[in-house]
Amino acid sequence: MAVSTLKIENLHVEIDGSEIIKDFNLEIKGGEIHAIMGPNGTGKSTLASAIMGHPRYDITKGNVWLDGENVLEMDVDERAKAGLFLAMQYPSEISGVTNSDFMRSAINAKREEGNEISLMKFIRKMDAKMDALEMDQSFSQRYLNEGFSGGEKKRNEILQLLMLEPKFAILDEIDSGLDIDALKVVSNGVNDMRSPDFGCLIITHYQRLLNYITPDKVHVMMQGRIVKSGGAELAQRLEEEGYDWIKEELGIENEKVGEKEQEA
Amino acid sequence: MATETKWTFDEEYVKDFSKRRGEPEWLMEERLTAIRLADKLELPKPEKTNIKTWNFTEFKHETENSGMVNQVEELPEDVQRLIDSSGGEQNLIVFRDGKPLYRSVHERLQQQGVVFVDIETAAKEHSELLKQYFMGKAVKVDEHRLNALHVALLNGGVFVYVPKNVQVEAPLQTVYLQEDPEAALFNHVIIAAEDNSQLTYLENYISSEKEKGSVANIVSEVYAGQGAKVSYGGVDHFEKGITTYVSRRGYVEKDGRIEWALGQMNEGNTVSDNTTVLYGDGSSADAKSVTIGRGEQSQNFVTHINHYGKHSDGQILTHGVMKDKASSIFNGVSKIEKGASKSNGEQTERVLMLSERARGDANPILLIDEDDVTAGHAASVGRIDPMQMFYLMSRGLSETEAQRLIIHGFLAPVVNQLPIKAVKERLTEVIERKVY
Repeated sequence: MAVSTLKIENLHVEIDGSEIIKDFNLEIKGGEIHAIMGPNGTGKSTLASAIMGHPRYDITKGNVWLDGENVLEMDVDERAKAGLFLAMQYPSEISGVTNSDFMRSAINAKREEGNEISLMKFIRKMDAKMDALEMDQSFSQRYLNEGFSGGEKKRNEILQLLMLEPKFAILDEIDSGLDIDALKVVSNGVNDMRSPDFGCLIITHYQRLLNYITPDKVHVMMQGRIVKSGGAELAQRLEEEGYDWIKEELGIENEKVGEKEQEA
Repeated sequence: MATETKWTFDEEYVKDFSKRRGEPEWLMEERLTAIRLADKLELPKPEKTNIKTWNFTEFKHETENSGMVNQVEELPEDVQRLIDSSGGEQNLIVFRDGKPLYRSVHERLQQQGVVFVDIETAAKEHSELLKQYFMGKAVKVDEHRLNALHVALLNGGVFVYVPKNVQVEAPLQTVYLQEDPEAALFNHVIIAAEDNSQLTYLENYISSEKEKGSVANIVSEVYAGQGAKVSYGGVDHFEKGITTYVSRRGYVEKDGRIEWALGQMNEGNTVSDNTTVLYGDGSSADAKSVTIGRGEQSQNFVTHINHYGKHSDGQILTHGVMKDKASSIFNGVSKIEKGASKSNGEQTERVLMLSERARGDANPILLIDEDDVTAGHAASVGRIDPMQMFYLMSRGLSETEAQRLIIHGFLAPVVNQLPIKAVKERLTEVIERKVY
């Protein structure tokens, strides 16, 4: 099978009438890990949520193609079934639904009726992935994200990633709120997914995470679009020098979107 | 309409009825007092629900006694499905139209001195014991007309007595099946748990007729002695034609505890009162109930915990799902009396609206006459959180499946607490059927 491609073309996204993403373009191939960095308020999380079909965001222009299929015409669940995954910055809590019941429903949703995963196989897989993420077994019987700490929620997002094995994952600030040990565990989980069948878009403020997951490409986002791209070394430079040099280089006064740019 | 509203239940009728049942004198007297009161008293006035036009008076009171069956296999299928067939210790009484239909009680109970019999038998064989608890501290005959009618026309129920220090391990189960479409059920449940005893009781109300009109008038009295613990599970699922008044009352002595888990799934109009008096110091109650309203039914639920004892703890949780044009009022009342210091009362009422035309009202009420207490409440009425839907669907669940999971999760606090697997599974099925 040919390598998968996720292609974002000329994407424009509005929230409550104000445009957050403006002419965003990016192509990711199976096997690649891309990182999007940028200061707060530049549209990174909006991009992630909009691609997955978040109900609050309006896509006014552009396309997102997954192996030639138009993702934007799909319902949220169809996007997931097509192979997209979003590890959310603020995952919802669902009371009364155990992690394991939820996970099994999600796995079975992708399978044909009559071809559901066997309970034994499911338990073995979940046990193995939880071990890999150093999660206590009790998490499988806890209600989905209810009462989880910030770090536990992030691990649980990665657990879902490992269980569902999507073609493309978007990790939205998966590193925020993690201590260094947790960061390593989560990074190992993502690195285990690395294969020609898996592409990944990592959204982060900090270069820290990229010490553990080496990206193939790094993009800097400002004013709702990519303003600079490079390799892993770009992230290193951002860590050392911040974002000001980029703003200077490109003549950007205010990197945020949704605010009036200052008169030059 | 052919039905005549001729009220035929007078003193004479009640006297005859009591005689035919071979009841002791005291019980007949209670009935007679009650029927006199019924004439004078008014209907209860549940807040924000008008029940004046509801049918509480048109029904058939007596049905043929068709005898008992000896095998589970001879029971109606709907009843069989509520019984665990795992072969564990079984303590079960099944009623049809108020009359015992099947009874299977483990001999250990008798050895322990536990009484678990239908109320008609209890009146004959345990008259003094029954008298001690009947219409006792938890409930009064003169509260309103429905309680008076209840006592006057009582025609079914169960008596449970657990002596001091006795722990009943296996749950006691009852199933009340209303098969005759016009038959009314005046069901009385008494659970008396003496000091330091422990038991779990689980009841199911079901009916087969969907359209014809009748009445269910149910009173439960639960007494938890000092250090006693009673877990009380109930699943009500009367079909549409039945108007229900159900009052489940608890009275808890020092360090005692009552846990309620009520799945209130009636299809018809319902007034439900679940009141627990925390009388003794250190007493506690946990009152959980869930419901689904659909069609055009109107329901009123009150969960009331009344604190008298110091260091008493009361927890109320009510979750309701409302669809179609159904309308429900949910009132939670935590009342802490003067002197009940160091007590804690907490409550949560949540209503999930699945339709624009449904109505749901959640009213948490804290009435506190003591300074040195803690109390809290949370209430919400709203639609399914779109963020929860987005989250679940982003993992590949269809819209229907995501909604299903959220609703089952929402009602899980009661489902999970029921002690018999078959009942749990049937309740899950009822939820599934009602929502879709």
